Amino acid sequence: MSKRPPILQLKSLTKSFGTFNAVDGIDLDIAEGEFFTIVGPSGSGKTTLIRMLAGMEQASSGDIILSGTRINDLPANKRPTCMVFQSLALFPHRTVGENIEFPLKIKGVDPAQRKARALALLDQLRLPQNYYGKSVLRCSGGERQRVALARALAFDPKILFFDEPLSAIDYKLRKTLERELKDIHRETGKTFVYITHSLEEAMVMSDRIGVMCAGNLVQVGTPNEIYSAPKDKFVSEFMGDVNVIPVSMNGSRTITADTFDKTFTVAAIPEAFSKGHLVIRPEFVRFVTEAKEAENVLEGKLYNEYALGSRIQYQVRVGENVFIVEKLRQHSSTLRRDQTVLIGWDAKDSILVTG
Amino acid sequence: MAAPHETGKGLSQGARNALPLILFMIIGFAAPLLAVIAYSFMPPRSFGLTHAPTLDNYADIFTSNSYISFGWSMLFAALTVALLALICYPIAYGMARLFGRWSPILTLLFTIPLFVSENVRLYGWILFLIKNGVLLGTLKSWFGIEPESILFTPGVVLLGMVYVYLPFMLFPMTLGVSMVPNETREAARDLGASRWQVFREVELPLSMPGIMIGLLLTFVLAVGAIAEAKVLGGQTIIPITHDIEIAFTYAQNWPLGAALAVLLMIVVGTLVMLVLKRFDLDAILGKR
Repeated sequence: MSKRPPILQLKSLTKSFGTFNAVDGIDLDIAEGEFFTIVGPSGSGKTTLIRMLAGMEQASSGDIILSGTRINDLPANKRPTCMVFQSLALFPHRTVGENIEFPLKIKGVDPAQRKARALALLDQLRLPQNYYGKSVLRCSGGERQRVALARALAFDPKILFFDEPLSAIDYKLRKTLERELKDIHRETGKTFVYITHSLEEAMVMSDRIGVMCAGNLVQVGTPNEIYSAPKDKFVSEFMGDVNVIPVSMNGSRTITADTFDKTFTVAAIPEAFSKGHLVIRPEFVRFVTEAKEAENVLEGKLYNEYALGSRIQYQVRVGENVFIVEKLRQHSSTLRRDQTVLIGWDAKDSILVTG
Repeated sequence: MAAPHETGKGLSQGARNALPLILFMIIGFAAPLLAVIAYSFMPPRSFGLTHAPTLDNYADIFTSNSYISFGWSMLFAALTVALLALICYPIAYGMARLFGRWSPILTLLFTIPLFVSENVRLYGWILFLIKNGVLLGTLKSWFGIEPESILFTPGVVLLGMVYVYLPFMLFPMTLGVSMVPNETREAARDLGASRWQVFREVELPLSMPGIMIGLLLTFVLAVGAIAEAKVLGGQTIIPITHDIEIAFTYAQNWPLGAALAVLLMIVVGTLVMLVLKRFDLDAILGKR
């Protein structure tokens, strides 16, 4: 990824509202042709960031550099980039065809060429040709998504920005559209910058992910890097259900839990570590019968179990602490509630994070 | 196999519930209208509805000078609407998008005059504009200049009409502008449109329902205007409404007044229908 030249560079980009920095000095390079996703909870500043990139919000300080040129002061209509909005912002008084042709009409392309391009885009977006004359108001949610994307592609932007366009779509359709979007990314070879609050969505589509929190990029990496080596508690918890144990290191380089009496075996201790969290994914925690079966073992009581489709999640209470254990459905255990169980994991499956 | 409670009595539940309102509309709305239409076919200067119908009154309109009044009314209504559209759009845009928390105060300021009778407000204008009045008197005593009063000219009639009907254009228009989703503006801009193109391609068509309602409302009201021409205009122009009033009162020629009224209704009604047909409000407003 990083071998390709950066198409978009952000240098200590900041957006302040009064004394509050919504975006707080972000440095980032996005490579040409990359599918880059910015993930963060609501209020993390991701929408402000993408609006600055698209030119709808003025940066307070820092630089936005597109293909080597600083574009901070270029208004949205002069930037060779295009955004797909959360609301999609289709023009309700126009047909599907007119919506798609809009950027071409603005550029002054003649009607016959416009129509040919619109029909080609309908085809590319898996929409029937007869949708050309259909009112956008009569399109379904998924069809509108496709029209919005077609309209943005008709503009032929250097970078396409996406502001959570799939957030209001039901699960099944969202999964389909995520895959389609990744296919379109492949077919067009364009740079996509996508923002979402769902790390799951980011994982499916992205080449690289930037996790954002309180105006800062906490971690940038491939989906695999983010998944297997989260940098801190925030990133690891953002991934979904994980077991996070507050721990400290004492003088003899052993890691002990802060809230209960237990010493853990870990694979590696980061440099200058003194206090932090031990993160263990629920799928790496297993039920054991004897203490020697795993490198770390805890005794607890099974509190409840939840069916999560292909997986089953168990909630185990160890004293005041709650641990979650996940198993594939076909490996589900025949455990009863309130039964005393031993849970364990190996050192290599746990991650020690500072934050 | 209709439901039992809907058969037998002949009227459905809904129709029975609507009956009082239907009766009220027949007595309060349809009956006077039908009476006016009926009178327009009675012989001139008659007061009953039992005479043989005749078209004499309509013939009279076209041989008399009433068509001039008709023209004045239509012209002034059209000018009023055009001026109002130009004046109100920027204000509406500001109220919907720019003024923020000042908008309600502005709304109040535009609404307060409506609590005062139109005639009183127009006489207020007279005091302001009359020779040696507020405006000219001040100019004379402070600067020693004495311009002609614009009172009793067609221009001041137009001013009065624009003044009186401004809220009726402004508020629907404000609603129309505020109905445009902001992201459609941003999207259009993002797709390369200049400010003017955003206005022409997105802003104007999407606020059209509000604008159309404002246009129609003020036009219909302005065609029926009478007080401005009487009070401010000093009868330099005679609107059709004035002719109708004269026919019903001073001239005691109800059938002629009725015929004029019917003609006015037909012309205005046709215009409104044509406009509504061209701009399908339901389609613009639909599913939003």
